[in-house]
Amino acid sequence: MIVIKDLHKKFGKVTVLDGLNLTFEDKGIHTILGPNGSGKTTLIKSILGMVIPNQGSIEFNGKQILGEWEYRNQISYLPQIAYFPQNLKVKELFQMINDLRPGSKNEAKLISLFQLEPYLDKKLGNLSGGTAQKVNIVITFMFDSPLIILDEPTVGLDPVALIRLKQLIIEEKEKGKTILITTHIMSLVEEISDNIIFILEGKIYFEGKIDSLKEQTKQSNLEKAIANILEETYA
Amino acid sequence: MLKILKYGFFDLMRSRWSYIYFLFYLSLGFILLFLNQDVGKAVITLLNIILILTPLIGTLFGVMYYYNSREFTELLLAQPIKRSNIFLGQYLGIALSLSLSLVLGLGIPFLAYGIFQSSEIFNFFILILIGAMLTFIFVALAFNIALIFEDKIKGFGFAILTWLFFAVIYDGIFLILLLVFDDYPLDKFALFTTVFNPIDLSRILILLKLDISALLGYTGAVFQNFFGTNFGMFSSITVLSFWIVLPVTFIIYKSKRKDF
Ligand SMILES: Nc1ncnc2c1ncn2[C@@H]1O[C@H](COP(=O)(O)OP(=O)(O)O)[C@@H](O)[C@H]1O
Ligand SMILES: [Mg+2]
Repeated sequence: MIVIKDLHKKFGKVTVLDGLNLTFEDKGIHTILGPNGSGKTTLIKSILGMVIPNQGSIEFNGKQILGEWEYRNQISYLPQIAYFPQNLKVKELFQMINDLRPGSKNEAKLISLFQLEPYLDKKLGNLSGGTAQKVNIVITFMFDSPLIILDEPTVGLDPVALIRLKQLIIEEKEKGKTILITTHIMSLVEEISDNIIFILEGKIYFEGKIDSLKEQTKQSNLEKAIANILEETYA
Repeated sequence: MLKILKYGFFDLMRSRWSYIYFLFYLSLGFILLFLNQDVGKAVITLLNIILILTPLIGTLFGVMYYYNSREFTELLLAQPIKRSNIFLGQYLGIALSLSLSLVLGLGIPFLAYGIFQSSEIFNFFILILIGAMLTFIFVALAFNIALIFEDKIKGFGFAILTWLFFAVIYDGIFLILLLVFDDYPLDKFALFTTVFNPIDLSRILILLKLDISALLGYTGAVFQNFFGTNFGMFSSITVLSFWIVLPVTFIIYKSKRKDF
């Protein structure tokens, strides 16, 4: 589905992606891990065409994405930070998204799943972080796209919402979708990931199953395995 | 693009500032016509206000709108929408809504005064056209500035400097040059330099249409020979159009390469 070759990205003098190669062909849940600032969001935004790479190529279903936009019809994206027009009401935002991108399906179901009914007439600028994140999730999952990209979807969520989100992700996976997630919650990673991608210093440090990462680091626990890698590189 | 244009347009039309801007022109139009019964004189006073105000408001609203809608822009960028359409749509939405305030705000009082029966109708029409063109020019410049500066404060500062430059500083430098090179014939040079300042170009274009070139001093003759003709007018409108097309092209160029 996505083939990334030799991707380089610098912001000013800071090199964030440094010759990254990555291929997602399989359906299922791929988790991108890596320390803060390792370039997870930059990688995701490159796939979406929001960040323009300095070098390298990204193919989506066999086509270069540079300068293209139609391919984004196939993608649902949940940004790390919810970017909302502050003085719009929740209801108006949903209407606007529907107007700009027709074909949403599950809006009503998702609104009730995350109990957003009482907030529909509130301004987006006045929502709490967790509620804004729920709005963010509704906007992402209301489209039926073959690729779903979630950048730290759990931030600010209460336990109930977290469980519902997890169910939602698993449901989508069972529908045969490809899902890309970044998160720092290791229990979630262990529970749902089919494949792990570990980014370090602008490259893919590890890609594969959780078990083989544990084997490689000789740790029985994922959190320790990750910590192990990081400590080695800090040293 | 039309949908984005629509959102930008209505977003601005809903804001209080658009009404203030509209009401300002509306009352200005009525007051001017009330104070001097001569429509011709009203047009001249209006000229001076339009030449200063449309670029200023275009610049300020342009940067303000860009920075205020950054969240919306990021939301759009992840959707299946062409990048250049997002920025062009926003640009057109704001330039059109500001121009509409101008056209309606001044059009209503002048219509009420029977501008259509007046011999000034053509001059009035040119004045409004130039006001609208200046709006499109300065909103485009403002969008470029906002695209370049991530930092809102810097962007605002630079935008205001740009306006100051074209509205005041440019003329100042030009006057100094005239004084320093007093002995040289600078008429042609003066004609040439106006091309690089849309405000000056607009001013001269209208003044010569109004046939008060005496106000322009000794360089007047060259200008009159050039701008007074239909050819001169046609070319200066063309140059003003370039002042819209070039910055808009640069908006597209710049937006395609920017990271969000
Ligand atoms: N638009 C940008 N301009 C400048 N620097 C940026 C920009 N986006 C990200 N960065 C920098 O790139 C690095 C990687 O950021 P990011 O991809 O957000 O990391 P992660 O998501 O893995 O935490 C950070 O050092 C960040 O400061
Ligand atoms: Mg991130």
